[in-house]
Amino acid sequence: MFVIVVGGGKVGYFLARELIGSGHEVVLMERDRTRAMQITEEIGSIVIPHDGCEGKYLGEAGANRADIVAAVTGDDEDNLVTCQMAKHHFDVPRTIARVNNPKNEHLFKHLGVDEIVSPTRMILGSIEADIPVQELLHLAALGGGELELVEAQLRDGSPAAGRQAGALSLPEGCSIFAVIRNERAMSVRSDTELRAGDKVIGIGRTECDGELQRILLGTEPTELA
Amino acid sequence: MKIVIVGCGRVGSTLAENMDAAGHDVIILDVKTSAFDRLPETFKGSAMRGDGTDEQVLRQAGAEGADVFLSLTEGDNRNVMAAQVATETFGIERVVAKINDPVRAAAYAELGVVTLCRTNLMVDAVGKHLKLAMDIGPGIDTPASAGHAHPHPRVSSRASAEPDKTEAADAAERG
Repeated sequence: MFVIVVGGGKVGYFLARELIGSGHEVVLMERDRTRAMQITEEIGSIVIPHDGCEGKYLGEAGANRADIVAAVTGDDEDNLVTCQMAKHHFDVPRTIARVNNPKNEHLFKHLGVDEIVSPTRMILGSIEADIPVQELLHLAALGGGELELVEAQLRDGSPAAGRQAGALSLPEGCSIFAVIRNERAMSVRSDTELRAGDKVIGIGRTECDGELQRILLGTEPTELA
Repeated sequence: MKIVIVGCGRVGSTLAENMDAAGHDVIILDVKTSAFDRLPETFKGSAMRGDGTDEQVLRQAGAEGADVFLSLTEGDNRNVMAAQVATETFGIERVVAKINDPVRAAAYAELGVVTLCRTNLMVDAVGKHLKLAMDIGPGIDTPASAGHAHPHPRVSSRASAEPDKTEAADAAERG
């Protein structure tokens, strides 16, 4: 495949190197000339020393025949514009953006970026996985970001603990379908009694998060700063 | 009118000053507090330090329910993103983004963003002054003038529809 990587920082550099290693055709765009030259010396002349947001240079990089454009700079706005230019100006079939501020994830999806990768969210996810939390844990985004797979760990005193799954009035379009109890997964029926210590796995529309958390855990979602 | 301005540079501060003097409710944001030194002491609107591309910052600044949103920072991409947050998240009707790169300005006008391009404006002004014809795009490019009017400038809808159909559908919506 032909991949244009925009942003020659650590992520872009290693991404380009790995892609070349697996036999893909790669062009890397890096607007800082010194950095661009440095990368050229290290991995060869695949670097265009220009801004990937600029239509002219994206065109020179071969965007009209690219299979994928991956925008991985440290600036969300640059990544958004690169993907939008690639998508709408050059009809690139697949655009991938690195999102640094987790709040921008939804916006990027909504504005037509095909896939987003959020390092902040990933690290947050693994921290949340290790410490007992009173919040929903976000496992995955599905259905183009509109649906989310979430996990809630019930404790003593959680409103859902001690109740049958069918007795919970979940928001419309949300369902809980599995429970992890004593390290074993079991499916949830309406007469399954939820217990403290259970990890309840559910799926629902992204905007129902807060309500689901209140029903299962009895806590208010905190805003990510 | 309630007017939100992102970027308190020369243009942003001058617009803020004038709109405030004309009796409008002006909210101006900049990432540097020192930028607000450009505002006159008589300025009655609100000036807040913060990133205008951040939804939460805009909400705190009171951008909800604004009639006009002007994104005038020095960064084309920041302006594009702030403008799209204003349109998509806050549903603000009249949004203008300053985009000094003419190629990007034209591209975003096609996508439904009203763009203000200093490069085009200045080349055009010089051309007029010297009475020389200049091959240059419009200083303010609107989705209509780009020939791709989008009643709801939703980029993603364009991505999913075939271009011809989109245009036809738009024409139908306009009646």
